[in-house]
Amino acid sequence: MNKNFKLEREINSLSNFPNSKPYFPKLKSWLLPYAFLSPTLVVVTLFFFVPLVIVFILSFTNLDMTNFGILKWWQPANWTLDNYVKIFTNRFFPRILNNTLMYVSMTLIFFNVGMALVIALITTNINRRVGFTFRLIWLMCRLTPVVVYIMMWKALAGPAPMGVINKHILGPLGIGAGEYLLNTNPWLFIILVNGFIGASFGMIIFSSAIEAIPKDYMIASKVDGASTWQTIRYITIPMIRWPLLFVTTYQTLSLLTSFEQILLLTNGGPGLYETEVWSLTAYHRAFSSYFGNTQWGYGSAWAVILVIIGIVMAIVYLRVFKFNELIQEPKIDQL
Amino acid sequence: MVLNKFRLNLKSILAYGALIAFSMPIFLVFLWLVITTFSTRTEGLKSLGWTLSNWSFLWKSPFGPNFPSIWLATLNTFLLATIMTTIVVFISSMSAYALSRMKFAGRKGFLSATLILHAFPSVTLLIPIYFVLRWITKIPIIGHSVPLIGGFGFNTIGGVALVMVAFQLPFGVWIMKGFFDNISWDMERSALIDGASRFQVWWKILMPNIKPGIAALSIFAFISAWNAYIIPFTFTVGRAGKTTVLSVYLQNFMSESVMTEWNMVAAVGLFQLIPVLIFFFFTQEALLNIYGGGAKGGA
Repeated sequence: MNKNFKLEREINSLSNFPNSKPYFPKLKSWLLPYAFLSPTLVVVTLFFFVPLVIVFILSFTNLDMTNFGILKWWQPANWTLDNYVKIFTNRFFPRILNNTLMYVSMTLIFFNVGMALVIALITTNINRRVGFTFRLIWLMCRLTPVVVYIMMWKALAGPAPMGVINKHILGPLGIGAGEYLLNTNPWLFIILVNGFIGASFGMIIFSSAIEAIPKDYMIASKVDGASTWQTIRYITIPMIRWPLLFVTTYQTLSLLTSFEQILLLTNGGPGLYETEVWSLTAYHRAFSSYFGNTQWGYGSAWAVILVIIGIVMAIVYLRVFKFNELIQEPKIDQL
Repeated sequence: MVLNKFRLNLKSILAYGALIAFSMPIFLVFLWLVITTFSTRTEGLKSLGWTLSNWSFLWKSPFGPNFPSIWLATLNTFLLATIMTTIVVFISSMSAYALSRMKFAGRKGFLSATLILHAFPSVTLLIPIYFVLRWITKIPIIGHSVPLIGGFGFNTIGGVALVMVAFQLPFGVWIMKGFFDNISWDMERSALIDGASRFQVWWKILMPNIKPGIAALSIFAFISAWNAYIIPFTFTVGRAGKTTVLSVYLQNFMSESVMTEWNMVAAVGLFQLIPVLIFFFFTQEALLNIYGGGAKGGA
């Protein structure tokens, strides 16, 4: 195939000429996108799609540690709706739902999106090296192993002589009686602990998106006499709509499914189900029930409902952020 | 002019002040961590006696001579993080390119489906994924006998990496798509007219132009692999096995049978943090300059 012929072909397809391509290249160009997608498709099928189907089936069974290997969970004869009935008639169902909503919305608004945006805006507008150092400091929370990270916060909240806050801040000021702050303000600490990890995610994405905005826009707005606030409001924010949509949605789903920090920090306490969130319940039911019995089927049912909540939330976000408008149509025809 | 300069200074003072105030809890907790690792006991931020014994795991194995040293766990963690990051960057930028630049049936559906995948809690998928990994192990060669990483089946570094790749993909695909979207179409069009294939355009023209995106994705993939606990713990055998990684190794210090030495746990945690901080420190120049590249002019 010589160059001239190829060039002609490009021009043809760019300008909607009557298509006279032979059959094979047409098939090839139809298959090309899927070739690019195939590695993702393979991994997703193996580790998401197949396991998902299995979990969905498990949620209709009463598979647990005692009948594992005996119960034929793949046979429809063993499927019932009992697990779902059990969930909705659970005495603590409203409280768990309420806890989940509070945990997700508070952490998301104040830290994962709010604080992330604030830190990204500040660190991209000051000295680059200082900004980079601060971003690194915020990343450290994510870098620390969860067990040690929780240990640090417990030390911060500890009772009178040991706890950092009690000894160095509240003690000298004469506030409080030096109680364990995790028992007096569990929700405050849960939101802080999760927020400081969560904020670094949005911070990195927002700041690299802000850095990628062509400098011309910033210079033009400066020439036009825009204040810093106006530049942020009318240039920066509209230019990072895609990352904003992504971080909000992704972090909502992350928060819905995250439980490790709460498990290690309060384990649902200090009161009865006081800080128990949905995903923690799924974990408790599936892996550490009070009677030493791990109810995988029941836990799966909790997880399936959580997945449905997550999907509904994701669809709402896609609508709110006008997902369809954000996706630009490819400007090059199939070649 | 003078007034303007003053305002500018006031503004930056405000910015620095806010930044430091917001970051205060981080300074406090890490200050406590460093003090604790060198102390026998602490009271607030005050040490009640200095010692180096918490760091003894560095030069002698903490649980007898037959126990693997922490350096093996460090090597494994590094291997896992590197493999996982490479695969994630490669796979997700390929998919993101197709989603951003090509027209095909199911494009929007695929994109929203990718995001929704993230709604599945990893913990409930663990049992089914175990079945899948056992099945991969049965495949000859790639299942269990690839040098260095051991293969892609159960109880191998490669297998754990592959599972973690799956959990990183929604993030990778979405973030890379955003970066591809911002590249000028003219650049791609002129390359195509010059006779490049779509694959060449992707690899030679567009990939060098989204270095900030690659950097952001690599940093996050690397960090999440470096810290991963639940997945390596579930899909490798034994806390002290040949495939143990740092987070799993840490659990040895908190077993039920022996009294937990929390100060040593803190030291191991700090040890796990240090290599990544060093890495960031030395690549600082490169990471800062990465942002300077990208499409010049209006994209």
